[in-house]
Amino acid sequence: MLLQQVADGIATGAIYGALALAIVLVYRASRTLNFAQGELALLGAYVSWQLTVWGLPLWAALVLSMAILAALSAAMERTLVRPLVKRHQALPLIIVTLGMMIALNAVIGWAWTYQTKEVPALFGGGALDLGEIAVSRQDIGIAVTVLAVALGLGVLFEFTRMGLRMRAAVSAPESAELSGISTGRTMTIGWAIAGAVGALAGTLIAPELFLHPGMMAPVLIYAFAAATLGGLDSPVGALLGGVAVGVVENLAGSYLPHGSDFKQVVALLIIVIVLLVRPQGMLGRREVVRV
Amino acid sequence: MSLLHVDIASAGYGPVTVLHDIAFEVKTSGRLVALGANGAGKTTVLRTISGLTQAQGSITLDGVELVGLTPHRIAAAGVSHVPQGRGTFGDLTVKENLLIGGNRRPWRTVLAEADAWMERFPRLGERSSRPASGLSGGEQQLLAIARALMAAPRLLLLDEPSLGLAPKITTDLFATLDELGRESDTAMLLVEQNAQVALGIAEDALVIESGRITVRGPAADLRDNDDVRRAYLGV
Repeated sequence: MLLQQVADGIATGAIYGALALAIVLVYRASRTLNFAQGELALLGAYVSWQLTVWGLPLWAALVLSMAILAALSAAMERTLVRPLVKRHQALPLIIVTLGMMIALNAVIGWAWTYQTKEVPALFGGGALDLGEIAVSRQDIGIAVTVLAVALGLGVLFEFTRMGLRMRAAVSAPESAELSGISTGRTMTIGWAIAGAVGALAGTLIAPELFLHPGMMAPVLIYAFAAATLGGLDSPVGALLGGVAVGVVENLAGSYLPHGSDFKQVVALLIIVIVLLVRPQGMLGRREVVRV
Repeated sequence: MSLLHVDIASAGYGPVTVLHDIAFEVKTSGRLVALGANGAGKTTVLRTISGLTQAQGSITLDGVELVGLTPHRIAAAGVSHVPQGRGTFGDLTVKENLLIGGNRRPWRTVLAEADAWMERFPRLGERSSRPASGLSGGEQQLLAIARALMAAPRLLLLDEPSLGLAPKITTDLFATLDELGRESDTAMLLVEQNAQVALGIAEDALVIESGRITVRGPAADLRDNDDVRRAYLGV
């Protein structure tokens, strides 16, 4: 029973981790939280759904949706975010992303109505029997896909010149510029990757939660909890944090009295505890302030 | 033949003007040192060349106008800037710091040159895969200079390399700098408070006071000029 609950939590946790990863990539690029990240993922899910309705196979729809959301996220960075980052307007920036969240949600509701839509599972139905526990094919597929994307990004960051430039731009922006790296460009690329990863998260979770305009709001809270837990500037931390939050959420739902009503409270509790005990998260870098 | 022509009416940060009527040249493969007290505007001169301030006027490198370009384009044009405080990428490894310096050049060359630097300075080689923040101040300064030279620049800008270093380490560092300068035809513009060591490796010198150039001439003359020493250099 316990093992089964843990296994069930891992797949949803992987999706929280993917969305948390998107949040972290944006945070690293622009030092801001993108509150519209959930709605961008929602838009990604709707685009995937729309493309399947138009006859594309689901996997092709997913890839196309990731590309579209990458472009959209990059455009958002260039037009709405960059001017504020340049002027160090941290608070207005957060208001802008909150505004984008509300606007995107309204546009989605207007375009696709508020009726729930069914999205086919990417990895089909059925479950695999693993001795004491049974895991659905969809859950295994989700975990493997998120892991593959994470590994791909790991290779990009660690072993390519573009990845090195992106890490340098995060580590010391001015030195990066003085070394000939366009930090504006690395920022845009960070947002683009975040948009694509978000679209992946949205499309993967849609079959489980059913596609409707309110779908991603709770997921965003779990993703924030995951990113806080893992460390806001650590991609690996985001993924691990996501899995941890997914498992805890699932256990709380099963074992606490009225647990399923309190699932989101658990996520918020995680955020509060981490911020009090270890503000930089599990794997985050401590901000050193020199006086 | 001059590599860099600087002729700016003013430069500064937003509403604050730091420099007034600054004009000088750096010869091809030449070495110029800018001396001056704390807050005189030396750092701003370098930051203006690199595009980190707002400037009115003209700065050309080999005839290419730099004023108005973004810092990464100025770097691409051939200016390498070691900023004050060294600008180390602290959470990246020592080797990655070197690779970033050459990030615009063919990767094969860059990998080979990074290895050559680490062979030349074994202290860097031993720590090649450790975070650069673990290096001592002198090692970080050496790394910063190597990083800047990895770009194969026409002009190297150095902002107070002696800052925070012990006298013995400063002497060694300047000896290395002198050596590196002789090996390549990269020109150097060095900003220093430590006049003694800086004048020792420079050809030409100028003194900046309150954002203006007040004295200029061959480094040897400034070194021997008692008035200059007393008035501006405090030695």
